[in-house]
Amino acid sequence: MKSFFAFVRKEFYHILRDRRTLLILFGMPVVQIILFGYAVTNEFKGADIGVWDQSKDALSTELITRLEASGHFSLAYTYQSRDQVERAFQDAEIKMAVIIPADFGATYYSGRTADIQLITDGTNPNTANTLVNYASAIVQGFQREQTDNRPLPFQISVDSRMVYNPELLSVFMFVPGVMTLILMLVSAMMTSLTIAREKELGTMELLLVSPLSPMTIILGKVTPYILLSLINTVIILAVSYFVFKVPIVGSLWLLLGLSLVFILMALALGILISTRTTTQQSAMMISLIMLMMPTMLLSGFIFPIESMPVILQYLSNIIPAKYFIIMLKDVMLKGSALTFIWNEMVVLLGMTVFFLLLSWKNFSIRLGG
Amino acid sequence: MEYVIQADQLTKKFGSFTAVNAISFSVKKGEIFGFLGANGAGKTTAMRMLTGLSQPTAGQASVAGYDVRTQPEQIKRHIGYMSQKFSLYEDLTVGENIWFFGNIYGLSRSVIKSKTEQLLQELQIGSVKKQLVASLPLGWKQRLAFALASFHNPEIVFLDEPTGGVDPITRREFWEMIYAAADRGTTIFVTTHYMDEAEYCDRVSIMVDGNIAALDTPSGLKDSFEARSMDEVFVKLARG
Repeated sequence: MKSFFAFVRKEFYHILRDRRTLLILFGMPVVQIILFGYAVTNEFKGADIGVWDQSKDALSTELITRLEASGHFSLAYTYQSRDQVERAFQDAEIKMAVIIPADFGATYYSGRTADIQLITDGTNPNTANTLVNYASAIVQGFQREQTDNRPLPFQISVDSRMVYNPELLSVFMFVPGVMTLILMLVSAMMTSLTIAREKELGTMELLLVSPLSPMTIILGKVTPYILLSLINTVIILAVSYFVFKVPIVGSLWLLLGLSLVFILMALALGILISTRTTTQQSAMMISLIMLMMPTMLLSGFIFPIESMPVILQYLSNIIPAKYFIIMLKDVMLKGSALTFIWNEMVVLLGMTVFFLLLSWKNFSIRLGG
Repeated sequence: MEYVIQADQLTKKFGSFTAVNAISFSVKKGEIFGFLGANGAGKTTAMRMLTGLSQPTAGQASVAGYDVRTQPEQIKRHIGYMSQKFSLYEDLTVGENIWFFGNIYGLSRSVIKSKTEQLLQELQIGSVKKQLVASLPLGWKQRLAFALASFHNPEIVFLDEPTGGVDPITRREFWEMIYAAADRGTTIFVTTHYMDEAEYCDRVSIMVDGNIAALDTPSGLKDSFEARSMDEVFVKLARG
């Protein structure tokens, strides 16, 4: 027991004395969450648009004012020809163009369908889609108001409401994702790096020749990272709660418990990687490719799993981060209790046990060789 | 005569490749035993078996009175080990390194404290106790690494090419430390590529292709191979 505590203390010396490690440990979570919270967002505020208004009547002017008044768009340019619109996109002056035909007002008031055209830059499909959706919603609202004076016989008005995240703030989406990513990074990558480092420097041999049991070596290595990962969890939750006002509806203890399970799983992966590598560099590469990429791409963090090709959907089932993110969202945003997420919990626990056993077996084999 | 290492037909195979082929030898207490051989001759594999890191495929060996097959944990308590990289924690201070190794060998706080003072005095490095090991000259690191390998008073210290990359004067000083330890009754099991160092050993074994091709005192070896130096002995043996 005494040697175990000495080991943990030694690990803390390593961590606290390496500025790069400290930066990754504590700088990264805060930077990431702020980056994702502010910069990487699906919301638009004041997107530059250009207008080619050929009719220039009262109705078209009001429509344009309405678009601008929403706060989502700001009128940057007005154009006089299709060529100008084309050039505007090539020069990336604007994100969306609104083209209003010459007879807009006249057509509308004569009771026929008046068309307007929205043009967006398809090279960035997500942005394009969102912009068109926003604009269409505003145009529809505008139309409803107009027809209040002159009711039309057929009208379906959709009144949608998004529950749990009524304003569709994307930061709600990103917090669980960033948390997953950070825990994976700190627990798995840092663990594999620190073990690989001892191998590289030759100190691992010294430890193995000492009376320390392999279990003590492994536990001594990972214990500091368990603590640091939990601290990180709290930091991320605090930043998202206080800075981005992300609600934490569910039990905080359940959240921390969930995180602990995921941390253990990631640590097991880290140990597994370190048994396969002898240098820090390869440990880093394997961690990034085998762990970070799938966590980012296949967990539903950035791309919704429902819209992936079927093969990738199946593949996403073996990504532990997927279950963690689902549970995090449920507990944080909906306030789900353990009884509602036990399905995912069982899968994640199973994976954790599996990887712990696998890494333990691998570590022992390496020693026997 | 008391033997601290006894190997009997010790063998290690990796698949169809025989790294160590039924070697038998004994090392006396307090002896400086040179374990020589070209790269790939099987030295490291043999040493890994003797230090309890690797299980033999066949044969027997006892180290410090314990069986390498069944009591590797006991062996680890009674041996010291120093690798060719001098393996110290560079981002820990001299004092912290001593403290850490004292602890993993289960020494009590008071023993660690008194032994630390003694060690710092012997090595005359008391002034750098609070400095990071990274800032020490290579020779100091090497001597500190040896001092740590024998910090828990092991019966045998295994040295795996302990003088690689070190200048001749530092090597000399290092061998004086080895002699001092041997005088106190510690057995030294050392591998080296420097043939002048082989001359410093009490007895030398030379491995060729997994077998012990020769084992005698340096002067005995020189006589039987009609050579003027250990260098010549080694070349004659290695060329077959």
